[in-house]
Amino acid sequence: MAPPAHRTTAPRGGLLRNLPDYEAARTTFTWNQARAELAGMPGGRINIAYEALDRHLDSPTAHRTAIRYLPREGDPVDISYRKLAERANRFANVLAELGLQPGDGVYCLAHRMPDLYAAALGTLKHGCVFTPLFSAFGPEPIRSRVEIGQPVAIVTTERLYRRKLAQWIRGTPSVRHVLLIGPVEDTPPDTLNAAQAMAAQSPEYATRPMDPEDRALLHFTSGTTGKPKGAIHVHEAVVAHHITGKLALDLHPEDIYWCTADPGWVTGTSYGIISPLTNGTTMVVDEEEFDAERWYRILQDQRVTVWYTAPTAIRMLMKHGPELARKHDLSSLRFLSSVGEPLNPEAVHWGRDTLGLPFHDNWWQTETGGIMIANFPGMPIKPGSMGRAVPGIETAVIRHTDDGIERIEDPAETGELALKTPWPSMFRGYLNEEERYRKCFVGNWYLTGDLARCDEDGYLWFIGRADDVIKSSGHLIGPFEVESVLMEHPAVAEAGVIGIPDEVAGETVKAFVSLKPGFEPEDVLMKEILALARKRLGPAVAPRQVAFRDRLPSTRSGKIMRRLLRARELGLPEGDTSTLEGGKE
Amino acid sequence: MNRDELRAVILEELSCIAPDIDSDTLDDQARLRDEYDLDSMDALNLLAALHKRVGVNIPEADYARMHSVSQLLDYLEPRVAR
Repeated sequence: MAPPAHRTTAPRGGLLRNLPDYEAARTTFTWNQARAELAGMPGGRINIAYEALDRHLDSPTAHRTAIRYLPREGDPVDISYRKLAERANRFANVLAELGLQPGDGVYCLAHRMPDLYAAALGTLKHGCVFTPLFSAFGPEPIRSRVEIGQPVAIVTTERLYRRKLAQWIRGTPSVRHVLLIGPVEDTPPDTLNAAQAMAAQSPEYATRPMDPEDRALLHFTSGTTGKPKGAIHVHEAVVAHHITGKLALDLHPEDIYWCTADPGWVTGTSYGIISPLTNGTTMVVDEEEFDAERWYRILQDQRVTVWYTAPTAIRMLMKHGPELARKHDLSSLRFLSSVGEPLNPEAVHWGRDTLGLPFHDNWWQTETGGIMIANFPGMPIKPGSMGRAVPGIETAVIRHTDDGIERIEDPAETGELALKTPWPSMFRGYLNEEERYRKCFVGNWYLTGDLARCDEDGYLWFIGRADDVIKSSGHLIGPFEVESVLMEHPAVAEAGVIGIPDEVAGETVKAFVSLKPGFEPEDVLMKEILALARKRLGPAVAPRQVAFRDRLPSTRSGKIMRRLLRARELGLPEGDTSTLEGGKE
Repeated sequence: MNRDELRAVILEELSCIAPDIDSDTLDDQARLRDEYDLDSMDALNLLAALHKRVGVNIPEADYARMHSVSQLLDYLEPRVAR
């Protein structure tokens, strides 16, 4: 039995909902209509940045605030759509002068600052392919992503350059330019002070009209095995970025919108840069990391109306109790949404009780490029469910058969979540890994790797991952990437990495290692291994705990059985162990 | 517990969570998040460990005041039982 559905409260602020009738929209929606909401460019061409910026410049939106930037200390800085467009144009001109060609890769590794947004949009304007990297990555995840994607330029800050790039970046021949945004005290050799270079350029730039299938974004994600995967997205994706922001987040030009996801990840790009701008909203960008009191103050002082955040953040706010929330005037809020991992029902209820509005959970992946399943405004929320398919998207829960897949009709049965292809923001490939890409599809269905079930009302419920990928604070972590670094320690013979449940982060990374002969499982060694992992991987990817085992369960072919490690750690049924080497510990 | 002893305890707990930090060269004034890559999960774990070690409960509302080792010392020192 599914838990009872709850009706959402009436919208505040007197705005009409963009999706007044979900059932009707499901039957009438077409992607062509969605495309017609954008301007497009002559000859059937399109550019994400044109839709985000240029097309507003002949309208009153030009003078409205695109970004309200909240520095760590001091007053907010308002940047209008026109100013942001000019800044992006200057950046595009810098890329042109440096000789970058359309299709060239530009990576960005920076914390939230205004020129990060100008760099992202300027990169797209010039037809280059933009890749965000999370600034809390250690040098190793950065380096592997640079080696896979072979960018021509990297945008970063002086501090991050010195700490995470300077030691190795010259050995990567593809990278011809390093541009430093934000304050630069002392420009290191072979880098360029971006603000100075931009000041010397014109604020005019004719945004390059791109083929809808031209590459625009390269987002890295993690799989169970092998290296990170670079998911390719094209300029056409903006059709989905725009319409899903409008329908699932109910974005209106009048909105003060705050997406708390860092632009180093896909959510912070699709819904932290592109969608809020194509929808003409004012977006709040906070330089600082999570801080409960600061966040409530931002919601209150900036009069935030639509808030898109993540379960980990919500659970951290819950830990602070309701008093702190009640000290603030949160009456401007009219729609709350959450993504990254399943939102537990308590968090949905907490939103209603403490903030006056329930959270609307939604679901999507790096590969889908945009929201695919959502608890839409105006639709009854089922707490704990990820909601229903976006109009224009067909979902199915499937089981694998000998000759393909078949749809599961029983609402009680769990299977793999699949999406019918195509849709505009569907990934068009994993960079240089055609085989890995092809394996994601059976016929015209994309297989998500997530296990789910679909109840009798069409609501989807997330059950777990079909693979060993770990989800911590909403971010996917590939165990292989972590194990590879652990194996570099001279004492480590075998390493297996799993996710263990955590009440705040969903899961945290735990590593199990066995030692080579001659090494003792001592506390000092444990810390040494942990230190190595943190130094190389950064805190977002490194394990929080390392435990020693005499040997790790592995298959006869020598593959570590992460599933079994996890089952033992959590006291779960161990399942079929017939192919196992070593047996029980 | 005097300030030096308290500092030693903080560094010890910090080294369990983030052993990549070199406690010999640690700058007490530096923001742990910016200079030593401590994220919010690490910070939560550190404050929980310190609670256990020195018996001072740090309410969530005060977390925002704990950006550096010296701020931690300023907060904990008057609250630790002598």
